[in-house]
Amino acid sequence: MVASLAKRFGNLGTAEDAAAEAFTTAAERWPAAGVPPNPGAWLTTTAARKAIDQIRREHKRDGKHEEAQRMYGAPPEPPGAIDDDRLRLIFTCCHPALAIEARVALTLRMVGGLSVPEIARAFLVQDTAMGARITRAKAKIAAARIPYRVPSAADLPGRVSGVLAVLFLIFNEGYFASGPGTAPVREDLTGEAIRLARLLRELLPGDGEVTGMLALMLLTDARRAARVSTARELVPLDEQDRGLWSTALIAEGHALVRERLASGLAPGRYQLLAAINAVHTDGDATDWTQVVALYDHLLRLDGSPVVRLNRAIAVGERDGPQAGLALVDDLGPHLSGYHAYHAARADLLRRLNRADEARDAYDAAIALAGNTAEIAFLTRRRDAT
Amino acid sequence: MQYLVNVIHHRSNDGTAEEGVAIDAFNDRLRAGGHWVFAAGLADPAVSTVVDGRGDEPVFTDGPFVETKEWAAGFWIIEAPDLDVALALVAEGSKACNRRLEIRPFL
Repeated sequence: MVASLAKRFGNLGTAEDAAAEAFTTAAERWPAAGVPPNPGAWLTTTAARKAIDQIRREHKRDGKHEEAQRMYGAPPEPPGAIDDDRLRLIFTCCHPALAIEARVALTLRMVGGLSVPEIARAFLVQDTAMGARITRAKAKIAAARIPYRVPSAADLPGRVSGVLAVLFLIFNEGYFASGPGTAPVREDLTGEAIRLARLLRELLPGDGEVTGMLALMLLTDARRAARVSTARELVPLDEQDRGLWSTALIAEGHALVRERLASGLAPGRYQLLAAINAVHTDGDATDWTQVVALYDHLLRLDGSPVVRLNRAIAVGERDGPQAGLALVDDLGPHLSGYHAYHAARADLLRRLNRADEARDAYDAAIALAGNTAEIAFLTRRRDAT
Repeated sequence: MQYLVNVIHHRSNDGTAEEGVAIDAFNDRLRAGGHWVFAAGLADPAVSTVVDGRGDEPVFTDGPFVETKEWAAGFWIIEAPDLDVALALVAEGSKACNRRLEIRPFL
C-alpha cells in the first residue's frame, strides 16, 4: 500500500503518514461500525484520501496549484502496476548514496512493513538509534532527490547486491521472527521476500546471486511446515518430519542450484548458502562433510563471526561435539550478545554431558532469544538437561 | 534541482596540465548536456580570511577557521533532474580532475 501511494504521490513520507492515518481511522471505526466488505480496498482508498488532504494542505502553503491538480486528476493505477511499484520502491530504498544499514532498515520499514523495534532487533541496535537512522535516510531521499525508479540497465547489476541483502533480512525476519508479540514464523514476510526475489530474478535472470537468493529462500521455506511443532516449539533439523517438507519447493530450489552449477561461474555468498541448503534437503540425512566444505568456501568470501559459528556447528556434526565446541568457544569475544552462539554452545555441552555448563548456556541463550518457538525449545532442553 | 560539487583536495601540489585538459572537456560535456551552472577553482585556504560581523565592529582574522587535512580546492554547481543523473556526472568529473568529489543538494 505504501508503495502504490508513494508512486502516486511521489513522496515516501506522505505515503507512510497516509497509510498510518488510514490504519488509525480503521482502528477507531471498525469495532463500532463493523469491518467493511473489502478491508484492503477500504484502507487504500482512505489512505489515498488522507494523502490528498495532506498534499492540499501543503500546496495551499506552497501555492503549487498546478501540480496539485495533476495529482488529483491522476487516473487510478492499473492492478498490475503494484508489483512494479514495489520494485521501484526497493531500488529507491537500496540506493547506494544511502549507508548500507540505512538501505536495509528503510526497505524493511517501507517495503517489508516491519516495525522499528523489529528492525532494531534484526540489527542488534537500540530502537531509538534505528528510528533515527530511518528518519535520516528518508530525509536524504527527499533532500538529495534520490529518484523513485528502477535503475538503468547499466547501473542495475551494481545495485542488486544491496537489494539482495535487504531481501535476505526480510526473509529471515519472517522465517525466524524476532519479536515476542508475533508468530514464530511470519508467512507474510517469507512470502513477500520470495515474491520480491522472484520478481528480481525475472528482471535479472542472468545474475547468479539473484538466482542463489531465490533458491536459498525456497529450500529454507520448504521446511517451514516441519519447523515448528504443534506445541509451537522449534524442531531441530535432525528431528524434523521430512514428510512435511514441500517437495515442490525443494525441486524448484534444487533446479536453481543446478542451473548455477552448470554456469561454471564461481558462486557468490547466496549461491553457497543455497548449495548448503540443497545438501540439507537432499536424501534422508544431511551430508555434513559437504556442508563443512561449502562453509569453508563461504569463509573465504565472508569471514564474519556468524559464518564461523555456522561452520563450527557443522564441524560439531561431522567430527563430534568436542571439535565443534572448541571452534564455538573461540567466537565468545565476538558473539557473546548473540543468542545463537549460546544456543550452539548449550547443545554441544549437553551432548558432552557437561550438564551444569549446558544449563548456564541455555539460560544465556533464552535471555537473548526473541523467537517464541526458539525460547520454548531452549526451555524444554534446559529443563531436560 | 541544483547540486554543489566540492573538489576534495589534500595534497600541496596544484593540478596538472593533463587534469586541466580533462576538466575543460568535462565542462564542455556539462554545457552540452544542459547541466552547467557554474564552476571555479579556489585559492589555498592559507590565504583565506575569517570575517565575524555579528558584533558592533567587524572582526577580521587571518587564515582558515579550522586546520583540516582535506579542503575544497574548487567546486561545480550543476543542474540535474535527480541524484542518479548527478552521480553519473560527478563520477565523470572525479575522473577528469583526478580527485574525490562531494555532492550536496541545494535546499
